[in-house]
Amino acid sequence: MPLSRVEPKGSVVISARDFLIRGLLAGLLAAFAAFAVAYVVGEPPVRAAIALEASGGHSHGAETEAAGEHSDAAEEAPAPGEVEVPRSLQSTVGMLTGMLVAGTVLGGLIGVVSALAMGRFGRLSARSSTLAVTGIGFVTVYAVPFLLYPPNPPAVGSGDTIGIRTALFFVFLAISLIAAMTAVLVGRRAAGRLGGWYASLAAIVGYVVVMLIVMALLPTYNEVPDNFPASVLYDFRRASFLTQFTLWAVLGIVLAEFVGRLSGPTAATAERELADAGA
Amino acid sequence: MSNTATQAQPAPRAPGAIAVPKLSVRQIVPWLLFAALLALVGLYFVTAEQGATSLIAGNAVHEWVHDSRHLLGFPCH
Repeated sequence: MPLSRVEPKGSVVISARDFLIRGLLAGLLAAFAAFAVAYVVGEPPVRAAIALEASGGHSHGAETEAAGEHSDAAEEAPAPGEVEVPRSLQSTVGMLTGMLVAGTVLGGLIGVVSALAMGRFGRLSARSSTLAVTGIGFVTVYAVPFLLYPPNPPAVGSGDTIGIRTALFFVFLAISLIAAMTAVLVGRRAAGRLGGWYASLAAIVGYVVVMLIVMALLPTYNEVPDNFPASVLYDFRRASFLTQFTLWAVLGIVLAEFVGRLSGPTAATAERELADAGA
Repeated sequence: MSNTATQAQPAPRAPGAIAVPKLSVRQIVPWLLFAALLALVGLYFVTAEQGATSLIAGNAVHEWVHDSRHLLGFPCH
């Protein structure tokens, strides 16, 4: 696959399709990296949490049986249509499947958004605007929701509230996305009057203020069992953060590299010419 | 954003500035919709299916992606 189609005159023709394909590919690579981090850093606290759950010291209480091989659905006898996936598969190919699907589709979306951002983020180069899109994505989609609704390991969370907790989580995620998109659009508009620096600061302050207000208004749930070890909870949340950070960082860097090549020998050459001239 | 050409066009070059190519919004929108739909469906199955809501009966999807759902930070159960 040629990285860019060069027209006779040397000008490069780029399409949104090029960004989609590169985004999907970058997302796929990022998913493997995220899986590796999740497996190494995340599985120990997940195992510890499941062991605690199996030992009966949590909210599912009396129903818990002393089953050796444990998965979350294993407490109740499997109903028709219910399956029990062994931990050995859940922690390996199961988790890899989830990461690959999530990473790939996320990469495709970030790729196309980067196509939109190219040339529209002040004077940022194509590579820089791609990194900016990915960075904003990480903060908006993961880091800010993490602050209000931190991720929980198995054995934390009541089945009675899973519906409302899921709804609130996605509502907050949607608000965060809409607030971030609005901030970017308003910032771009203000850049003419305030200049890029102050317009960016104003956009960031606006986003933060909106999110703080929303966070103050939305209800939160603390369903960590009393005897749940704080260190396991911390390890799990840190692992979740590292997993998502890896996913977005690898996605952003790989995609920026692809986009840098795509946006062409022209831009790269011009940069080098400038650097040479400056030297 | 009124540029409707279907090809990347170098922005007017300021002296000493590097021209960053720009794609027309019209060209991007269908791809954006497609990518957004793909992401919505894909992420739904990894992060929410057979948790609070369920399109497919049973718990196979939930069980299979269980660990990734937890570690990506979504409410699992």
